[in-house]
Amino acid sequence: MTDLVIIGGGPAGMSAAISAYENGVKDILILERDDSLGGILRQCIHNGFGLHKFKEELTGPEYAHRYAKRVRELGIPVKLNTMVLEITEDKRVIATNSHDGIFEIQAKAIILAMGCRERAKGALNIGGSRPAGVYTAGTAQKLVNMKGYMPGKEIVILGSGDIGLIMARRMTLEGAHVKAVCELMPYSSGLARNIQQCLKDFDIPLRLSHTVVALHGGDRLTGVTIARVDESRRPIKETYEYVSCDTLLLSCGLIPENELVSGIGADISPVTSGSIVDQDRHTSAEGVFSCGNVLHVHDLVDYVSEEGEIAGKGAASYIQGTDVRNTDIKISVDGKIRYSVPQRITEKKDVTLYFRVSGVYKNVRVNIYGDDKLLISRKKQRVAPSEMETVKINRDMLDNISELSLKLEVVQ
Amino acid sequence: MYDIVIIGAGVVGGMIARELSFHKLGICLIEKENDVATGATKANSAIVHAGFDAKVGTLKARLNVRGSEMMEQIATDLGVRYKRNGSLVVGFNEEDETTLRSLLDRGNANGVKGLKLLTREETVALEPNIGKEVTCALHAPTGAIVCPYDLAVAAIGNAMDNGVELKCNFEAVKIESRGEYYAVKSENGEILAKYIINCAGAYSDGVAKMVGDDSFSVHPRRGEYVLLDKNCGGIVSHTVFVTPSKMGKGILVSPTVDGNLLLGPTAVDGEDKEDKAVCPEFFASIFGIAERSVYGIPKNKTITSFCGLRSVGSTGDFIINSPLPRYINVAGIESPGLSASPAIAEYVVQLLRDSGLNLERKESPVTKRRSMHYFRDADRKTKNKIIKENPAYGKIICRCEGVTEGEILDAIRINPRATDLDGVKRRTRAQMGRCQGGFCSPYILDLLSRELGIPYEKVTKNGGDSYIVIGKTKEEKL
Repeated sequence: MTDLVIIGGGPAGMSAAISAYENGVKDILILERDDSLGGILRQCIHNGFGLHKFKEELTGPEYAHRYAKRVRELGIPVKLNTMVLEITEDKRVIATNSHDGIFEIQAKAIILAMGCRERAKGALNIGGSRPAGVYTAGTAQKLVNMKGYMPGKEIVILGSGDIGLIMARRMTLEGAHVKAVCELMPYSSGLARNIQQCLKDFDIPLRLSHTVVALHGGDRLTGVTIARVDESRRPIKETYEYVSCDTLLLSCGLIPENELVSGIGADISPVTSGSIVDQDRHTSAEGVFSCGNVLHVHDLVDYVSEEGEIAGKGAASYIQGTDVRNTDIKISVDGKIRYSVPQRITEKKDVTLYFRVSGVYKNVRVNIYGDDKLLISRKKQRVAPSEMETVKINRDMLDNISELSLKLEVVQ
Repeated sequence: MYDIVIIGAGVVGGMIARELSFHKLGICLIEKENDVATGATKANSAIVHAGFDAKVGTLKARLNVRGSEMMEQIATDLGVRYKRNGSLVVGFNEEDETTLRSLLDRGNANGVKGLKLLTREETVALEPNIGKEVTCALHAPTGAIVCPYDLAVAAIGNAMDNGVELKCNFEAVKIESRGEYYAVKSENGEILAKYIINCAGAYSDGVAKMVGDDSFSVHPRRGEYVLLDKNCGGIVSHTVFVTPSKMGKGILVSPTVDGNLLLGPTAVDGEDKEDKAVCPEFFASIFGIAERSVYGIPKNKTITSFCGLRSVGSTGDFIINSPLPRYINVAGIESPGLSASPAIAEYVVQLLRDSGLNLERKESPVTKRRSMHYFRDADRKTKNKIIKENPAYGKIICRCEGVTEGEILDAIRINPRATDLDGVKRRTRAQMGRCQGGFCSPYILDLLSRELGIPYEKVTKNGGDSYIVIGKTKEEKL
């Protein structure tokens, strides 16, 4: 029996482990499938991490190192090269590695921190041939930054997610020619700062409302057909355009890697593809918590760490039997706001809501209603799907309400 | 000097090689690509047809029914995934029902067992998600599904266990008849053999011409498919066809032996035997068509899409003959070629025997093969025993499909050996899941590079120039 099993040793899992430990739970085990702690940060060698958390600009490995060091200092056990195969409803964790074989651990509580995966080529319905030379941006990042190999030299990137933007710059710095970044939507899905620093500063064209409709080439990619899309995001045949390239990188969205959750019956949000959680990141499965990109995809690792802390603290209270459930408030959104995390509040205390909008909106107010009463109204000049927003709800606002609704209202 | 050279290492060439390998013969199997099972064998509907489609009296009909009867035992012997899930051909109106009745009669005449015409109610009882407009269906309980490349790889592996030699990247470009034997020439040298069996698929007419036989031609018919996530396979248990037309069996909806859902194929006649491009417009139509047969197919669960080429012969039937001494055509093997493949092998062996070849069976040929999935299918206790002996089986490389390093090393080390990423994929399912190799392909690159003793830059996706990386970073040549 282990008090707390944490699945995933990336930024979310490490932060959750430290937080649980500091909140009194000492019997913790981190299971990590790779050969080192750090998760995807290990291959993110660019800087810009930690601005919120440490007020300095760190690279991914530096940011990860601060947490990995703390995990070691606290003596929290970690099993590396260990893949969790299944979690059962009674919180048995079944995992495998070369040393122990397939083994089981009975946990009092579990924190899910498995991260996310990139949307793959197959899911994008791209026509044409099936040559070598098509990679997700993250795979290319691993090849370049960790293996030291170049996937190609004439690059087209589909999707303007942050990894794609980072890789546009990275490939350019390594001597490749990035010919275009095509984005299906009329706006970028990456952070504004990345558009500036990774594309504009290097004169890489961003082609909004464009997609790749076909791949060309026999053995290796020789080019792609790109096209403008109409308002319903369907390619317009008259705008088909051939672009020669030997490499297509895909940065078309991230999907929480939640397959393990099917074994425990936790409710999954169709919007985030992550679990539905309360303010402590407690899922609907008793004693199972979730944080980081497996819960919802973040743009900043600083928020991931913050969420790990919340989940770690929440799991500690649960294990110690000190968690309080004195209300049940549903949090709803209006569609312009796509989702919020958490989706429900079960304990009256100060809670920060993290949310994303569904499109680019200017001059809006984020209004938060407790049942029908306006509690908070925040003016925003611009909101975009790529930037996560937060709003803090004070404990005293939660008295005598059954629902919090988040609404985005355009200022006249 | 070999007794026999088989040209083409698809499922047909593979099954023939296996059957012949039980005999005291020197056999070479040649393949123009970097791996076996890379033509029509890797991209088809993965169905073992019951046998009601082909016209009565044709080779197609006879070999289909016989092949379907043989398949389960062969799949068991070779450790290949096979499931007799039954098939349904659905109709939407009275005209379809008439066609289904004639299919029923044809199936009975072909010797297909258990065929039955069902009402809508009976169909819904079998398949609750059947399309709302479906009015009737032909039920064929002997229809089955199998993994075609798994079958070909296993058959060829079994043949190699019996001494058959496999030469990949060996494309026949010229054949010389030198009296008592043939010389099959390629850019990589020549092979001498007394007998030639032409199983060259889309290129079998070209091979026939090399020996002076221009009695037939083969043209490619494109078939596009989409494959959906493993959590979609349960939407139907049967293979669901629509009532056929002259272009083929129409768009089917079928679970695969691995639990995915397969939709397709389209049918477009073409000229180019290498054109396996998926038409960008395909995606807009496929779901609408499939939705008519089966209700509630999720559109956002696509894992991959691909195009296969059927080898359509000019005679309308399988072309299995011997126009010259010691030379056999096995051509025009379109659907139901996979289903018929065990029976085709049996038939070709008979043709050879009839032509006077001395076929003496080995005393104890290897007829069975350990399944490539033996680890995956084992219980936990057995798995732990295997991991203890070889820790590589404890380490998961492909997280989506749960494939271990041990299984990937098996694919690279066991005949016929995988030497590229797609070869590993076909043998193990690594890279075949939701992330399509996003996470695991760099690890598999490592293993291929190490095992084959070649640098990273030389590892390919599927042979030829399909390189994954072009060189190290910081190199001048960029």
